[in-house]
Amino acid sequence: MSTNEHAAPVLELTDLSVSFSTRQGLIRAVDGLSLSVGRGEVHGIVGESGSGKSVAMYSLLGLTRDANASITGSVRFEGREILGSGDKAMQPIRGGEIGMIFQDPMTALTPVYTVGWQIVEQIRQHTDLTKAQAKARAIELLGEVGIPDAKRRVDSYPHEFSGGMRQRVVIAMAMSCNPKLLIADEPTTALDVTTQAQILDLMSRLRDVHNSSIVIITHDMGVIAEMADRVTVMYAGRPIEAGPELDVVRHPRHPYTWGLLGAVPRIGERSERLATIAGNVMSPLDVPVGCAFAPRCAYVMDECAARPPWSDGDHRSACWLSDTQRVALRRKES
Amino acid sequence: MMALGLLSLIILACLLAPYYASSIAHENPFVSNVQGSITLGGKTVSVLQPSTVGFGVTPIGPTWHFSTYFLGADPQGRDVFARLLYGGRDSLFIGFSSAVICCFFATALGMVAGYFGGVVDWIVSRLFDIIWAFPVYLLAISLSVILLTSGLNVGFIHIQPGSLVLPILIIASVYIPYVGRPVRGLVMTLREREFIQAAIGSGASDWRILRRDVFPNVAPTVIVFFPMMVAFNMLTESALSFLSIGVQPPNASWGTIINDGLDLLYTRPWVSIAPGIGIVLTCAALNLLGDGVRDAFDPKAKLRGGA
Amino acid sequence: MLLFIVRRLISAFLVMFSISVVVFLIFFATPGVNPAARIAGRSASPEVLAHVAAEFGLNRPLPIRYGLMMWHLLFQQDLTSYVNIGVKVIPQITGAAPITLSLIVGAAVLWLLAGVAGGLVAAANRGKWIDPLIMFGGIAAVSIPAYWLGEVVNLVTQNKFHSLFSWLPAPGYVSITQSPWQWALHLIFPWITLATLYAGVYARVLRAELVNALNEDYVRTARAKGLSERRILVKHALRCSLVAIVSLFGLDFGSLVGGAALLTEVVFGLNGIGMLTYNSLLNLDLPVIMGCVMYGAFFIVLASAVVDVLYAFLDPRVRSVH
Repeated sequence: MSTNEHAAPVLELTDLSVSFSTRQGLIRAVDGLSLSVGRGEVHGIVGESGSGKSVAMYSLLGLTRDANASITGSVRFEGREILGSGDKAMQPIRGGEIGMIFQDPMTALTPVYTVGWQIVEQIRQHTDLTKAQAKARAIELLGEVGIPDAKRRVDSYPHEFSGGMRQRVVIAMAMSCNPKLLIADEPTTALDVTTQAQILDLMSRLRDVHNSSIVIITHDMGVIAEMADRVTVMYAGRPIEAGPELDVVRHPRHPYTWGLLGAVPRIGERSERLATIAGNVMSPLDVPVGCAFAPRCAYVMDECAARPPWSDGDHRSACWLSDTQRVALRRKES
Repeated sequence: MMALGLLSLIILACLLAPYYASSIAHENPFVSNVQGSITLGGKTVSVLQPSTVGFGVTPIGPTWHFSTYFLGADPQGRDVFARLLYGGRDSLFIGFSSAVICCFFATALGMVAGYFGGVVDWIVSRLFDIIWAFPVYLLAISLSVILLTSGLNVGFIHIQPGSLVLPILIIASVYIPYVGRPVRGLVMTLREREFIQAAIGSGASDWRILRRDVFPNVAPTVIVFFPMMVAFNMLTESALSFLSIGVQPPNASWGTIINDGLDLLYTRPWVSIAPGIGIVLTCAALNLLGDGVRDAFDPKAKLRGGA
Repeated sequence: MLLFIVRRLISAFLVMFSISVVVFLIFFATPGVNPAARIAGRSASPEVLAHVAAEFGLNRPLPIRYGLMMWHLLFQQDLTSYVNIGVKVIPQITGAAPITLSLIVGAAVLWLLAGVAGGLVAAANRGKWIDPLIMFGGIAAVSIPAYWLGEVVNLVTQNKFHSLFSWLPAPGYVSITQSPWQWALHLIFPWITLATLYAGVYARVLRAELVNALNEDYVRTARAKGLSERRILVKHALRCSLVAIVSLFGLDFGSLVGGAALLTEVVFGLNGIGMLTYNSLLNLDLPVIMGCVMYGAFFIVLASAVVDVLYAFLDPRVRSVH
């Protein structure tokens, strides 16, 4: 838990909604997401693919280019409202104050330029360093993210690196201007297990050295347990549970979070995290009016036809189950 | 949609050519009318007048009267507008039928090459390579020069030198690789897909798999190519006819009419300009239609294009 | 890199060799046809036939015949037309080549400029009015028959509005060594005519490539780096789309130099390679056809080799594979 918890948050989302109008109808990709990230804090956003977690992060940086997208709510970065401020105003923030790491390192880098060129490009966009200075800084960064022989490798092309090494390059690039906030979109999903651990390790270390805040998007509760200080669980574009990592992992309130954690073994099934949640994420076009998870929930009740309220407090959730019902259910199951 | 409308309009107009010639213009556009004259604004004007410069004759210019010599006459006194409609029939006919033949052989060859691989693929691919290595017009010209003088006599097939079938076959064959190569590539990737592998595993005959499983997946690609091929083929036909090695008299196409009008270019430019406009409008409509068809069959392309 | 170029040139040479063999076989080894009669043209006398037979060693084995043929074509350079008696083939081709090259190089500059500009502007303004406008212009350009456009241009510049174009000389060709200004003046409208079609094609292809590139992950990365849209478009998307344009350009340039510019040459009265090939085909002048085909094939193969080398310069991934 961060010590600066009560200082002004680096990033504060209030009721962020993103919807796309398509021929088939309106898709609410993000529906009322609120969260706040303190200085030096790691905030995990977890959910299945299609739950809107990536869309939310892209929208806050203005990276959603779809003309049919409509974004509402508020995004405050360092106390400034940045939502809808336009490309010109966002350019110094993107890459300068907020760094971004992407899911697939194989395609995230422009194939025709050396990695050094790409890092230098970003440094020179945001600072007054000369080419030589920026190159020296690029070599330093590559060394810092653990690329051996950085002096030579700075002139290599992306395809000459392995996936894990490329992700290190992407991280070095994201860190190049000492951003206050790092957004990592499934940074380890495309990598093998040992590389995953190394990359998470690297990110934790960089956080400690630079005291930057991190928002990490993942579908893997393991990553959350390893990295995050706070967690927001999303389902079908809506936040359904949020709170300090320990609270959410140890005392999850929402049946969906139980499924994610594999904490609720069902009769005749072995727990395998996500795989054990019956059914798939429904089409984004027919999200129910009430609780979005109701169609897949094993404990669905009459109340679930209405949308559950977002509870108050540090550990919040959106579910009609009462605390006593929850305790009873969990005791029965375990 | 607009493209389809324009195209239908042009096709309809050309189909009505005989009606126009016999009922409105009362001229046979295939018979010379050197001595003819028409009544215009109460005066009698002869269709061909002695040229003001040098030798020869200057045909009557556009009267802008829909019923007679709307666009004037050509050097043989024939009604240009009526010939334009008839020419459009041949141009469209050659364009469509050569596109059909081209797409048919390209699909068949591409499917067979992609599906069977090995020696078959090698032979078909080399065939495509050879056709591909020649500039299209040179290949078409070579074929035309040889075939138009002697006609085609292979086994029991005898085609007269002046037949419309020759330009159709020539144009169809030079463009086969343009459609055949993408089809072959597509079938090669399809072949690795589960449902084809499953069909092969279930012991279905190759012919049945090609027909039932491969063809339905190839068809959209070919359909997307089709309008473009018609436009391509019409342009090629007109170029060959312009060089007088395409459609042969007495048949007329837009290309031959442009050629007819060349000598009159500075005195009666409409003879050459009108069929050119016909070609441009038809091909533009076909290309627009092609874009529309592509978007309809490949919504991803549309989405990406619009994003 | 040097190794790559050398290897590519060797393979280009091998392709040239096989094309020359195929051309040779078509003209000299088609069963049932007397090649001497073909070369000598229509109604040739027995003496001429005998001379042709001796010159090309027609009673000797095939490999020797091939050697003799290449000897006459490439080294001796004394292959002679029997239709226009005594006119040598090679000088005809070398005389026509600069005209064709002048026409195509100038047109290529124009269509690359117009095509790249059109594609860039259209892709940068997706969803605005200018994008469909440019794309419609592209469709119109690819739908115009080049020879007809040439005729219309002639009509406008030489006749209807001649007073406006009084500075324009009559159609024809003036060598660049004679007067660069007259050279350009004579060629300006042929250039525009030929460039129109290709500019349309290139604008359409480039726009499609750019739109694809702009949806790639690396463009998202570039945006997240805080780069300006202009820089993303030019430095990242365009740079990656160039590979497709370069390969297209190589093929088009090769086939144009190889004779595909024929229609433009005919309309503007330029005695280039296309015109030469066309005339020799109409006259069935086989030695000239052979020379032109070999020449055309040479340029097409050379162009594709140059494209591959450029490819390796443009795309580092290709470089490391070889």
